Amino acid sequence: MLLQGASGAGKSTVLAAMAGLLAEDSGEQEGEILIDGRPAQQRRGETGIVFQDPQTQLVMSRAGDDVAFGLENRGVPRAEIWPRVDAALAAVGFPYGRDRGTAALSGGEQQRLAIAGVIALRPGLLLLDEPTANLDPEGAQLVRTAIAKALQDLDATMVLVEHRVDEALPLVDRTIVIGEDPDAVWTPAAPGSLPMPARKAPGPPGEALLTAEGLGLAHTDKTIDEVVLGGQALAVEGPNGAGKTTLALLLGGLTRPTRGRVVAAPALAGPDAARPPHRWRAARLAGRIGSVFQNPEHQFVTDTVRAELALGGASPATVDELLSRLYLDRLALANPFTLSGGEQRRLSVATALAAAPRVLVLDEPTFGQDLRTWRELVTLLADLRDEGRALVLVTHDPQFVAAIGDRRLELTR
Amino acid sequence: MSTWLGRRDATAKLLAALLVTAAVVSTLDPVASLTVIGALLAALPLTGVSPGALLRRGWPILASAAGIFVFTVLLGSRDSPVLAHLSLGGAGLDVRENAVGYALRLLAIGLPGFVVFATIDPTDLADSLVAHLRVSPRFAIGALAALRLAPLLADEYRLIRLARRARGTRAGLFSTLFGLLVAAIRRGIRLATAMEARGFDRGGPRTIARETHFSWSDVSVIVVGLMLAAAVIVLKFART
Repeated sequence: MLLQGASGAGKSTVLAAMAGLLAEDSGEQEGEILIDGRPAQQRRGETGIVFQDPQTQLVMSRAGDDVAFGLENRGVPRAEIWPRVDAALAAVGFPYGRDRGTAALSGGEQQRLAIAGVIALRPGLLLLDEPTANLDPEGAQLVRTAIAKALQDLDATMVLVEHRVDEALPLVDRTIVIGEDPDAVWTPAAPGSLPMPARKAPGPPGEALLTAEGLGLAHTDKTIDEVVLGGQALAVEGPNGAGKTTLALLLGGLTRPTRGRVVAAPALAGPDAARPPHRWRAARLAGRIGSVFQNPEHQFVTDTVRAELALGGASPATVDELLSRLYLDRLALANPFTLSGGEQRRLSVATALAAAPRVLVLDEPTFGQDLRTWRELVTLLADLRDEGRALVLVTHDPQFVAAIGDRRLELTR
Repeated sequence: MSTWLGRRDATAKLLAALLVTAAVVSTLDPVASLTVIGALLAALPLTGVSPGALLRRGWPILASAAGIFVFTVLLGSRDSPVLAHLSLGGAGLDVRENAVGYALRLLAIGLPGFVVFATIDPTDLADSLVAHLRVSPRFAIGALAALRLAPLLADEYRLIRLARRARGTRAGLFSTLFGLLVAAIRRGIRLATAMEARGFDRGGPRTIARETHFSWSDVSVIVVGLMLAAAVIVLKFART
């Protein structure tokens, strides 16, 4: 079963409730969730849940030990544990042996390992909370294959939370939408079609604002030569580990290049033209080059959504407009850390927009967005680009690139 | 961990190191310290730690020993026997036994711990503590899982600093550390939830997937530790 709903509708909360993991001492609860006639808390032994973030799901430092962890907790005899571990690892197509260190795995491999850890327990109810989040398309496909295989073997009920239906539909028999807002959720679409008219740059690009000259990316020996032009959206794509985030940090003036350099045009640098962006003062940098990180939580420094947007000195009118355009107005006084994943992502994009920089570097801005907020993000970013600002979009979202990208930079591993 | 000492039981190694360390702490005798240092260096091939790796990873111990040596020579008490006299451009400097004793003792305390932890796999330690010392798995496995997240902190610190800079705020040490604390707690909560989801809080009997043998060769590690500790104590009394 596919569970859909607008960003912030409570999909993850419902899933946690089904897993019997909601803290009873925080928040208010109404109603009950029964699994085979008993409260979900008492049925924890028969449910397995996989979350978004692979880093915080792996407990042990070796792959086999991690799959064994749940079996140990249930008191499964040792002689039975290892055959079940091996079977679970084989079921998800885990490419290494039991002794492989979990820290050295890619995100997709970690996520498949987390699924193995759950299916080794042979749950009757398998709950998956956006399990392909932040994976490159190839890694995400491998995870979906692993899920399909696991479902065949297990004869279990699955509830999958996922925004993008096209890839998820082959895995499910039916779809349930939380909330009464059909505009908000993604619907199946023909391959290559877009949920809105594409917003490409209306005219030729403007001047070069940032230039990467022989820029070295960590862990690879490749160098990048690239210009970031005003009025153009540059899409940076490539598999996990290709250095996309490294490039985003370098172009954002946040890290010092190990090789090569980033040069800012006088139009962007103003009085700092003699210095490279990574040596600009923080306040000036934020006014010229805005960066949105992959993990939005790192960027929150205040305790309300509104204060977060007003931090850089944006006028109350600008703050209000951003709040309403990104559907954050009802959350204006909420603590940023309490928002849902999709809402946090929108807030971090909004904070960069509030400072009105001429260059915007965004790392995975569309992740976790429902159809409505996705459209609004595309529109908002396209408007900024059409004003002459430069966009650098690091993304795994092919529809986002098709909708707004003017030029593509494909990084390889 | 495929060396002889690497395969020995973690609790046995920990106990042996504790015995030796406790004995060394009780004495300032350079000969006793040298005995421990010599014995451990002789056993180095069994540990799989190469002398190069020992220097590379153990240099803070060496540096502190050198520091203690210099400070005791310059400022230490003057009622210890003089071992050597240095003349440096006219000024004389007495190297007394206490300086040598303090420096060697630090090495003799640091070395067993270093060797033991270089040959203990954290997972083995947790298993062994649970199996042999009846440490609560809630504590041992919980600490182990937390330890696994520790290396992420350095990366996280860096990212938080950069994120603050991107927001246009000066990334002060205090505010960055506070951000790191918040991030660590949130990460810890997520890990705890994932562990709970896999039945860690179930409370019933728990098995250990990996076998922990306690064999005669593990006993021999403790015996060697005990003998070394005894030698140190004997030397301490024989030489006073």
